[in-house]
Order: sequence, then structure tokens, then C-alpha cells
Amino acid sequence: MDKIRIIEVKEDVRANNDRAAEALRERLRDVGTLLINLMSSPGSGKTTLLSATLDRLADELAIGVMEADVDSDVDAHTVAAHGARAIQLHTGGMCHLDAAMCEQGLRNLGIVGLDLVFLENVGNLICPAEFDTGAGAKVMILSVPEGHDKPLKYPLMFEVSDLVIVSKMDVAPYFDFDLEELEKNVRMRNPNATILPLSAKTGEGMEAWCDWLRNAVMTWKA
Amino acid sequence: MHELGIVFHMIDTLEKVARANELATISRVSLNLGEVSGVLPDYLLDCWNWAVRRTEVLHDATLDIRPIAAVTVCNACGRTYGTIEHGKTCPHCGDADTVLLRGNEIEIDTIEGC
Repeated sequence: MDKIRIIEVKEDVRANNDRAAEALRERLRDVGTLLINLMSSPGSGKTTLLSATLDRLADELAIGVMEADVDSDVDAHTVAAHGARAIQLHTGGMCHLDAAMCEQGLRNLGIVGLDLVFLENVGNLICPAEFDTGAGAKVMILSVPEGHDKPLKYPLMFEVSDLVIVSKMDVAPYFDFDLEELEKNVRMRNPNATILPLSAKTGEGMEAWCDWLRNAVMTWKA
Repeated sequence: MHELGIVFHMIDTLEKVARANELATISRVSLNLGEVSGVLPDYLLDCWNWAVRRTEVLHDATLDIRPIAAVTVCNACGRTYGTIEHGKTCPHCGDADTVLLRGNEIEIDTIEGC
């Protein structure tokens, strides 16, 4: 029998994923497709926001959507009806997407000719923050009913996000939601994050969000 | 669920290490696991025992988990403190400009194989 060897590895388990994500990001930059990792709790209004965004931008940008869910394909059907090239990704019970799953999804979606791809991550504020998917930007949606103290409970999600969208602003009067307090809580975790309050229902803030996207796509292609 | 994903990443990494070092089997893996890595040791072991049986190289591999205590350093006063007890705010001077020094590791330390 061979002699047992001891090998020093000293490698973080996430390093493998980080390398795959970095390589994917570089390829996406080469082809000029901006991938946005959209993260939130379940029920924050991701699909509603995407549908309203497509209604405003589908004529000027070629947009793809990958809907990640543990099961079902209802969301992919919904956004496809609003003019996006859409596929459903099933994580098979896993609570987050990693770079390899994301890359496989992009292959199935086909990114040729797309300016922008939204990755609608699994509804969860914990591990999607830890796993780099290879996206060029990370956007987090916090809906008004979830409360302004959420950044204190899930700090990492707010630390890694480039943009924090506050959705469902139309219902703010019915909840004890303090936007200033939220901004303070986000800034404490991430001084560089942009914060954008909006309502897909009334249209408030939607133009600012679309401008943010136009600008992000332009910068990515530059 | 989260732990199962971590185990799949570990198996990926370990299979690469086995190939690079021409190992047919890995019998033992030691892992440095930070207190605030978000991974629960018991769940990780359960997922490990389930998943390695489905591989060749790691079929009977034992996982040793070495816990790493979480320590944060304060940029304002330069002192360190226990992250679990005090979180993001420095208990010495009250500043929130603090950085996690260690405790986020999910690091494969050494492996044994032949």
C-alpha cells in the first residue's frame, strides 16, 4: 500500500468560486453584457419591479433575465411576457447561486446581443451575499414592509451591494417605515451604496432606477 | 441547505488537489472553520457524510473541523475584541469603524491521502 501523505492546502473553500466568478466577469466585460445580481428576501417585489423595468427599457436595451428559484417557472413566464429573453434556473434545493450555476444559466439563456442580464437570485439575504456569481453589479431590494432596521440584521448583504432599492414606497404611510433611519443604517454598513426609493406600482423613482441602469450599462461597455 | 453547497465547493476543491498531487484517495481533511463564517459544524458534518459517499476520491474521508474564534480590530483605537460578544461596535472606545480580523474562515488546512 502507498504511504499516506499529508498535504498542506491552506485554501478557502470560497476561493474556487471567487476565481470562477472573476473569469466569468472578464468574459462578460469582453462581450459587453452587464450582469446584475438582484438579491432580496422572498416577496420583496423583484419580479414586479423587473416587469415594470422591462416595460420602460425593453425598446432601448436588449435584456435577458435568469430567474433562480428552488422550484417552479412562474417568474420566467411573467417577465418573458414583458419582453425579456428569460429562463428559469432551478437550484435543486440550494439556497444560493454560485458562479458555475450562473455560467451554465448564461449558456442556456444565450447572451449574444444582450446589453443587460438580470440574475434574480434566490430570495434570501444571507448566503447570496457571500457567493460571487460573476455579476458586474450587485443590487439589493428592501421592501417597505420589511422595516428600516433590516441592515442591522443582515449587515453583509448591505455591505456588498452597490445599490439598495427601497421598493413598495407607495405603502410607506401604512407602516412605521423611516426612510432617513434606513439611510443611516445602510450608510453605517456601506458608505458607498446608492439608495433609491421607488414604487413599481405608482412609478415613483422608476425613472431614476432606469437612469442608473442606462448609466451602468454604458460604463460597463466603455 | 447552505452547508450542502459549501460541501459541494469543498469536494470540487479537494478533487482538484487530489489530481494535482496524484492521490487516488483522500482519507482525512482538516478544515479551519470561523465562528462567524455562517456555517454550522454539525450540519456541515451531516452534509459531508452524505456527499462524500457519492464520490470516489473522498468516499471514506473523515472531516476534522477546527473552530476559529472570531476577533475584530478597531481602526479608531487599535484594540481587538471578541466579535460574537460585541459585534461591529468597539467595546473599548465605542467606534463603529471596525474590521473582522479572523473568524470568517472556511479554509481547508491539510489533507491526508495516498
